[in-house]
Amino acid sequence: MAAFVIRRLIASFFVLLAATFLMYNLVALSGDPLEDLRASNAPNKQQLIDSRTDLLNLDVIAPLRYFLWLGALIQGDFGVTTQGRSVNALLEQALGSTLQLVTIATVVAIILGLIVGITTALRQYSGYDYTVTFISFLFFSLPIFWVAVLLKQFVAIGFNDFLEDDPQLSLAFIAIFSLLAGLLWSSIIPGSTKRKAVTFMIAVGATASMLTIMNLVDWFSVPGLTIIGVAIIGLGSAVGFTALITGLKNRRALYAALTVAGLGLALYFPFQFGISFYITEWWMLAALALATIGVGLGVGWLMGGADKGPVMRVAAFTGFITAGAIALDRFMMVWDDYATSGLIRGRPIATIGSSTPNLEGSLWVEGVDIYTHLLLPTMALILISFATYTRYSRASLLEVMNQDYIRTARAKGLAERTVVVRHAFRNALIPIATIVAFDIGGIVGGAVITERVFGWTGMGALFQNGLDNTDPNPVMAFFLVVGGLAILFNLIADLVYAALDPRIRVN
Amino acid sequence: MSNLSTPPPVPPPTGGVTDAENNLENKEVEGLSQSQIVRRRFFRHKGAVASMVSLAFIVVLAFSAVGFDFAVFGVQIKTPGWWQWTWTEIPTAQSGGRPTLSLVPQWMGGDGVRFGDHPFGQDEIGRDIFAVVMRGTQQSIVIMVVVGLIATTIGTVIGAVAGYYRGWVDAILMRFTDVIITIPLIVIGAVLGLAFGNLGAFVLAIIIGLFTWTGLARLVRADVLSLREREFVDAARVAGATDRRIIFKHILPNAIGVIIVNTTLLMAAAILLETALSFLGYGVQSPDTSLGKIISENQSAFATRPWLFWWPGVFIIAIALCINFIGDGLRDAFDPRQKRIPNARALAKAAAARDNSAAVQA
Repeated sequence: MAAFVIRRLIASFFVLLAATFLMYNLVALSGDPLEDLRASNAPNKQQLIDSRTDLLNLDVIAPLRYFLWLGALIQGDFGVTTQGRSVNALLEQALGSTLQLVTIATVVAIILGLIVGITTALRQYSGYDYTVTFISFLFFSLPIFWVAVLLKQFVAIGFNDFLEDDPQLSLAFIAIFSLLAGLLWSSIIPGSTKRKAVTFMIAVGATASMLTIMNLVDWFSVPGLTIIGVAIIGLGSAVGFTALITGLKNRRALYAALTVAGLGLALYFPFQFGISFYITEWWMLAALALATIGVGLGVGWLMGGADKGPVMRVAAFTGFITAGAIALDRFMMVWDDYATSGLIRGRPIATIGSSTPNLEGSLWVEGVDIYTHLLLPTMALILISFATYTRYSRASLLEVMNQDYIRTARAKGLAERTVVVRHAFRNALIPIATIVAFDIGGIVGGAVITERVFGWTGMGALFQNGLDNTDPNPVMAFFLVVGGLAILFNLIADLVYAALDPRIRVN
Repeated sequence: MSNLSTPPPVPPPTGGVTDAENNLENKEVEGLSQSQIVRRRFFRHKGAVASMVSLAFIVVLAFSAVGFDFAVFGVQIKTPGWWQWTWTEIPTAQSGGRPTLSLVPQWMGGDGVRFGDHPFGQDEIGRDIFAVVMRGTQQSIVIMVVVGLIATTIGTVIGAVAGYYRGWVDAILMRFTDVIITIPLIVIGAVLGLAFGNLGAFVLAIIIGLFTWTGLARLVRADVLSLREREFVDAARVAGATDRRIIFKHILPNAIGVIIVNTTLLMAAAILLETALSFLGYGVQSPDTSLGKIISENQSAFATRPWLFWWPGVFIIAIALCINFIGDGLRDAFDPRQKRIPNARALAKAAAARDNSAAVQA
C-alpha cells in the first residue's frame, strides 16, 4: 500500500509539473501583458514598460520564464500581478470566498442526490422514477448562467416582492403544492392502491394544514420553529432514524434516541435565551455541534446493551438533527430584525456579492446574512450537480440490488429494510464515494460561471480578471490550486476505492 | 446457477412456459445481426426516437432559415436562407420589439396562429431575434459535430493504442492524458478562446475538440485491455493480421458501444461548454453570434425584453436535451445485459398460464 501511494504521489507530481508547464505557455500565448501600456500615451511609457518587464521577467521567453516562476513557487511565492500586488494575498482571500460558496452546495447536492437516487432505484419504473429521470436529464442540459439569471428574476425579485407587503400564500398555491406533495409521497411509499390513497390523503392534509398555519401566524414575516417545531423535528428524527437504521423493534435504540431528543428539548429555553448570547464565534457553534454528537454517542453507549454500535449511531444522528433545529430556530429569531433593518429594507434575498457591507450584528445576524447571499448561487450549483449524483447513486444501487448476495439475504428471511440498508446501500456507496472524492477536487474550479453571475470575488474572479488583464500570475495561481486539488483528490478517490472494496488490490 | 436461482415449482416436461419466458429476449433477437438488434432496441426507446426527430427538425430549421456562412481555413461557404432577415441586418423596430409569434387560435381567445415579421421579437437596435437565434443554433450544432468528430478520433486512437501495446507506450500516453485531464475544460477553453475565438466557431470547435478526448481515451483503453485477451484476437494474429488491422478491424468494432455513447455525452457537454465560454466572452466574437453570447448580452434586459433571454436558452436546452436522450437510448441499445422488464400484468398472466398448464398436466 505504502509503495503504491508513494509511486502515485511521484507520478502525480510530474503530471502537475507538466500540466503547469503547458498551462504557463498557453497563458503566455493568449495575450501580451504589456498590451495596455503599449497602447497608452503616457509620457513615461517606456519607463512603465521597462518596470513591468522587470517585475514579471518578460524579457525571458515563456518556456524559460516558467522555471523562474517555478523557482519562486518552491519558496512559497506565487509572484505579483501586473499592478505589483502579491498574488499570495489575493489567492488566500479568493480561496476562502469560493470555499464558502461551494461547500454547502456540494454537501446538500450529495445528500439530496443520494436520497433521490436511492428512492428512484427502489421504485424502479414507477412514475416517480420516470419523472426524476426526465428532470435529471433536463438539469444535465441546463446552462448554469441561464438558470442563474432565472433564479435572480423569479426567486430573488419575486420572493422579495412577495415578502414586501403582508406575505400570505394564495389558496391556489396551497392547493397545488399540497397535491404535488401528496403525489410525491404516495409514489415513494410502497403498498397497495388503497394504502397509496391513504398516504396521498395524509400527505395532502398535512401539507395543506402546515401551509395554512404558516399563513395564520404570519410565518413569512416572522419565521420560527418555536419549541413545538423543534419537538416535532427532534422526536420525528428519533423515530425516523431508529426505523431506518435498526428498525422500530429495537426498543433500546428508540429509547436512546428519544432520550437525546428530550435532552435537546430540555435545553431549548436555556439555549435560546441564555447560552446563545455567549456564542460569538463560529468555532464555538462547531464545538457545540461536536459536543452534541458526543452526548448522543454517550447516551447510545450507556443505553445500547449488547449491540452498542447502531444504537450509538441512531442517538448521535438524532442529537445532531435536534441541535440543528434549535440553532435554526435561533437564526430565525433574528430574521425579522435583519429583514427590516436599514441596510436590507425588507428585500432580504440578495442577488450579488457575498455579504452586506457595513452590516454589524451578532453571530446569528451574520449567519442570516450569509444565508441570504448564499441562497441563489447554492440553488444554481445544486440544480446542476444534483442530477449527476442522482443518476450515479440510482445506477449503483440497481447494480447491487441485482447481485446474488442480495437474493441470499432475502432468502434467509431478512426484512427488506435490513437488506436495503445493511447489505445493498453500503456496497452501493463504494463507487459513489470515489465519484464524490473526485468531484470535491473539481468544485473549486467549477464555480467560475456561478461566481461571475452572482458577483462573488472568489477563485473564478481571480482567474477571469487575470485572463482579461493578460496578467499571468493570478491565472497560474488559480490553475495550480485547481489542478493540484484535482490530482490530489483523484489519488484519494483511488485510495478510498481500494480501502472500501476488498476486491481491489492496489499492488 | 440459473436453475438454482429460479427453481420451477413443477418442472415442465417439454420446453414449457417457464423456459419460453426465460428465453423471451433470445427468441426476439433470433436470426438478427448485431446491428439489427441494436437498431431495434434503439427504436424501442421512445424518448430517444422523439429526440432524434426533434433534433433533425432543429438542424433543418437552423440551416435552411438563414443559410450558412462558415469560413473554413480561408474558404468561405455561403448559402442563402428562406427567412427574410439575416442575423446582421437591422430592420426598424416594431411595437417595442415584441415577438409576433402566436400559437393560440382565435376561437380560443388568442391572436390566431401566425408567424409574423419577427416571431421571436427584436432587440434594442431592431435585430431580428429569430435570425440571430437560428445563427446561434447553427454555431452550436457545428461546434457539437466538429468537437464530436475530433475528440472521438483522438480519444479512440490514443485509448486503443495504449490499451493494445501496453507497457511504456501505455504509460506515456496515459500520463499525457492525465496532464490534459488536470486542466479544467473551462480554463483551457477560456485561455485558448481568448487567443482563437475571433477566428470563428469552426476553429474554436477544433480547439475544444483537441482537449476533450481524455475521458473517452481512458474508457476505450480499459475496453481494449480486456478485448485484446480474447480468442478472436489471437486467431487474427495467428492468421497473420498486422497490429493496425487487429486494432481497427477486430478490436474497435467490439468497443463501438462505449465509443458512441460517450461521444453523444461529449457532444452535449461541448454545446454547454461553448455557450458558457461565449457567455464569459471567450467564445464566438462579434459580429458573429452564438446562443451563449445572446444571453450574455441581454441578461440585464430580462425585465423589459424577456424574449431576448428565453429563446436562446430554450434552443440550448432543446439541443442538449435531445443529445442526452439519444445517448441514453444508445446506451440501452448497446448494453448486452439490458432486458425488457415485463410489467406486473404480463407477469401475472404468465403465472396464471403456468398454473393452468400445470393443472392440465397433473
